[in-house]
Amino acid sequence: MNKPVRQLDRVVIRFAGDSGDGMQLTGDRFTSDSAVAGHDLATLPNFPAEIRAPAGTLPGVSSFQLHFADHDVLTPGDAPDVLVAMNPAALKANLRDIPRGATIIVDTDEFSRRNLGKVGYAVSPLDDGSLESYHVHPLALTSLTVDSLASFELSRKDKERAKNMFALGLLSWLYTRPLESTEEFLRRKFATKPDILAANIAALHAGAHYGETTEDFAHTYAIAPATMREGTYRNITGNTALAYGLVVAARRAGLPLVLGSYPITPATDILHTLSGLKRFGVTTIQAEDEIAGVGMALGASFGGALGVTSTSGPGLALKAETIGLAVSLELPLVVVDVQRGGPSTGLPTKTEQADLLQAMFGRNGESPVAVIAPQSPVDCFDAAIEATRIATAYRTPVVLLSDGYLANGSEPWRLPEIADLPDLTVTFQTEPNAVDDLGAPVFHPYTRDPQTLARPWAVPGTAGLEHRIGGIEKADVTGVIAYDPDNHERMTHLRRDKVAGITASIPALEVDDPDGNARVLVLGWGSTYGPIHAAARSVRRHGMAVARAHLRHLNPFPSNLGEVLRSYERVIVPEMNLGQLALLLRAQFLVDVQSHTAVRGLPFTAGELADVVTAAIHALPEPAAEHAR
Amino acid sequence: MKLDNPGLGHSGFGHPGHTLGMPSTGTSRVPLLAPDAPAQTRKDFTSDQEVRWCPGCGDYAILATMQGFLPELGLRRENIVFISGIGCSSRFPYYLDTYGMHSIHGRAPSIATGLATSRPDLSVWVITGDGDALSIGGNHLIHALRRNINITILLFNNEIYGLTKGQYSPTSEQGKVTKSSPLGSVDTPFNPVSLALGAEATFVARTMDSDRAHLSGVLRAAAEHRGAALVEIYQNCPIFNDGAFDVLKDRAESQRRIFHLRAGEPISAGGQVVIRDTDNELRIVAEGEADPQRIVIHDPSAADPSTAFALSRLSESTLSHVPMGVFRSVSRPAYDDLVRGQVEMAVAQAGGPATDADLAALLGGHDTWTVGA
Ligand SMILES: Cc1ncc(C[n+]2csc(CCOP(=O)(O)OP(=O)(O)O)c2C)c(N)n1
Ligand code: SF4
Ligand SMILES: [Mg+2]
Repeated sequence: MNKPVRQLDRVVIRFAGDSGDGMQLTGDRFTSDSAVAGHDLATLPNFPAEIRAPAGTLPGVSSFQLHFADHDVLTPGDAPDVLVAMNPAALKANLRDIPRGATIIVDTDEFSRRNLGKVGYAVSPLDDGSLESYHVHPLALTSLTVDSLASFELSRKDKERAKNMFALGLLSWLYTRPLESTEEFLRRKFATKPDILAANIAALHAGAHYGETTEDFAHTYAIAPATMREGTYRNITGNTALAYGLVVAARRAGLPLVLGSYPITPATDILHTLSGLKRFGVTTIQAEDEIAGVGMALGASFGGALGVTSTSGPGLALKAETIGLAVSLELPLVVVDVQRGGPSTGLPTKTEQADLLQAMFGRNGESPVAVIAPQSPVDCFDAAIEATRIATAYRTPVVLLSDGYLANGSEPWRLPEIADLPDLTVTFQTEPNAVDDLGAPVFHPYTRDPQTLARPWAVPGTAGLEHRIGGIEKADVTGVIAYDPDNHERMTHLRRDKVAGITASIPALEVDDPDGNARVLVLGWGSTYGPIHAAARSVRRHGMAVARAHLRHLNPFPSNLGEVLRSYERVIVPEMNLGQLALLLRAQFLVDVQSHTAVRGLPFTAGELADVVTAAIHALPEPAAEHAR
Repeated sequence: MKLDNPGLGHSGFGHPGHTLGMPSTGTSRVPLLAPDAPAQTRKDFTSDQEVRWCPGCGDYAILATMQGFLPELGLRRENIVFISGIGCSSRFPYYLDTYGMHSIHGRAPSIATGLATSRPDLSVWVITGDGDALSIGGNHLIHALRRNINITILLFNNEIYGLTKGQYSPTSEQGKVTKSSPLGSVDTPFNPVSLALGAEATFVARTMDSDRAHLSGVLRAAAEHRGAALVEIYQNCPIFNDGAFDVLKDRAESQRRIFHLRAGEPISAGGQVVIRDTDNELRIVAEGEADPQRIVIHDPSAADPSTAFALSRLSESTLSHVPMGVFRSVSRPAYDDLVRGQVEMAVAQAGGPATDADLAALLGGHDTWTVGA
């Protein structure tokens, strides 16, 4: 009995439930199945900071949004077409994001008077007509699941826990998703618990079967595969991609990778992932605090390893003094900051971009470091390689600014050939590089490469190059302690010029301005890439011209940035902070950019940005007959 | 001293693919001087930097002893690293012609942890002061000790902040009058030996700047120890806390006050001896009055640290009874050996170092799909 199939080009689904309902897992599995079905996609997990907030309450709601399509997807979607709400709290917490006309699937078993009361519903919204303008499917998901597992020798509780798989099975049927990869996943996850495994697989199939037999759903939906570049793909989150990028970068550099890290949301998964990669020669040290984490990384760098530390904003604050030491020592150091809402503890599980100025300036003294940011979950891999390239080639700390959205969000990744990735081979100093007054060979640790201004990396164990370095100002070239005023002036400029000189090794900023006649430029950095790109597309679909560019390098900027900024009548800079990049651009280029900001712990929607761009275009003065670009 | 150096050159670090067994001494994996190389002298360890401590500072004596002692280890000079924090004492690495890092206040143990973990072929020393180690760096110190990382920590205790010109420190006695405590400090001091023992340290010793022979002996034992060694060195600061340890330097006084800790021997000074009393407490009594059954025989290798701790509590700020020497020296796997062991094991179990193909398999994960072609 096959129901009719309707063709769609894109769907946004949000799974929402209690923290204990397994919504992240359900979303993850649906994502994997969609990826395997050949769709392009983007995801947005959204969960509370508490591990288990009280069941059935609004603070306990956890959700996972997935956007999949037959074309390339840039964002997790502005508004869900389908909401799966496992309890009244999940419905209430998410309803305001759901446009009229959307589909809502609820588990009616959870709509008890008690659960409704917990979130302040006097009458069930399923009964009071308030959901009239939605397609509501009230299904007794819990009891359907338990009934489907009648033959299993399991407690009722264990059976109920499989309801997320029942829901997943139902949605998979609805969107003609294969079940095999989820089955395989379950087999791995429950390898040691055969009865739980069997129940989960049975619930998954029961859900799919239910969809087919119930009269509730008249048809299923099909989405054609997206046209994607030839290659082998997988789905990957930003944190995993970043960790893998570090491993690959260390290999391409020929250095052992040493991570010193202290757990902090949303960066912890980088520590977790790298801790599991000992087989690849990776050393991880869970430090006693963030200061120790970066100290360990710096100690490893001194010894000739790729020293890395991973953290979030509060941890970056603690690491400041050690990063300053690395600036003075001129040793490679990669500092990963997965930004979250601040200040202080702020919003641990929500995203924000408000550490840019901390990364730039959050140290004492003139203390320049390179700063870069990935633009998508997959791009975290390339950003890690680029951070390593800069750190090792220029012997400098590099701050890599990821964020909570990139960290947990996922998208399909076309797997690279390792051999095609940049060669980052490092050469250590092995010979003396000067002679003393008597003509004997000596080593001067602060001589510089004329091109990069990098100093030699001479690691302990190298005979004849014994030397001492430290945070006290050093004499140019010889590196011995020096308090001389002119020397300090010179060294301060050298450190600045070295970091500024990284520009020579980075590509010019590319501007996406298809017809070359746009008067408004949208310039972004980091995870705003998706929404900005999607907004530009939508504006162009409405017949208007807009240019778009995205910064990977925040310090130094690409060499043509000033020219690009001056080429447009209006430059809009959307950021998830209160205008930090805008401040830097105004200061450095004296251009009055238009800062558009939001700090709601969530990525921008494409619609919101499209409105901002459209308004800016409308506000432009009438063009002169021949307006100068 | 047993040495079984694998003779790793600097290209040999990373993942030495041999010996999963635990090395036995602090310098087991540090390359030795070539047999035909000329013997090292103190001059080999003297850098060209002008020493800038105040005249009469106890740090001079410690430096001289160290420069005289290092040749004894017979290690390649380039495989020795000194890492310090901030303070007068932390200038120490500049004056030794080895590799060195003068880092930031209190953080040397963490930097040394990263270095020692990634480089088994280095002999790593931490130089720190009472403020550096016990105030701003207290957290790193206790964690380095509990992890038992293979480093030797020399804590120069002058019971004052020297570099910042004389404020009371975490080891200054209560009531100490300084510029920041004009009416006397109300802080209760730390006893560094007690602190280290409480932090699960496997090697804890105390010695003094001016006693070259004793200092050398303790350095020798500390260098030989595999794991974290904490050595408290009483150090005179003639400018801001002059004479803090004078009673221990006066011949007659020191004989009464210093209780030398020697393995297998009673702990005595000036006709007094340490006994374990009927209430199980340690007490100091006249030798003539001591029940021979109750005399404590020093055993630094005792698994239980309680006697070592009780010994550390005999010191008072009046310095009337000061145990000196090695309080504790027990064997426990070193953190860095364990960390490297896990990596080596994982590599070995996977059939050797990862190839690009292994890496590609990692990137691919479990769920891949193919487009086109
Ligand atoms: C972050 C930081 N805080 C404060 C200081 C100032 N400071 C330098 S040394 C020192 C105390 C040093 O005392 P101690 O460790 O006992 O060393 P000593 O000079 O006595 O050898 C202080 C407070 C500093 N350098 N860095
Ligand atoms: S202030 Fe004291 S500790 Fe510092 S160098 Fe002078 S004498 Fe030595
Ligand atoms: Mg001091």
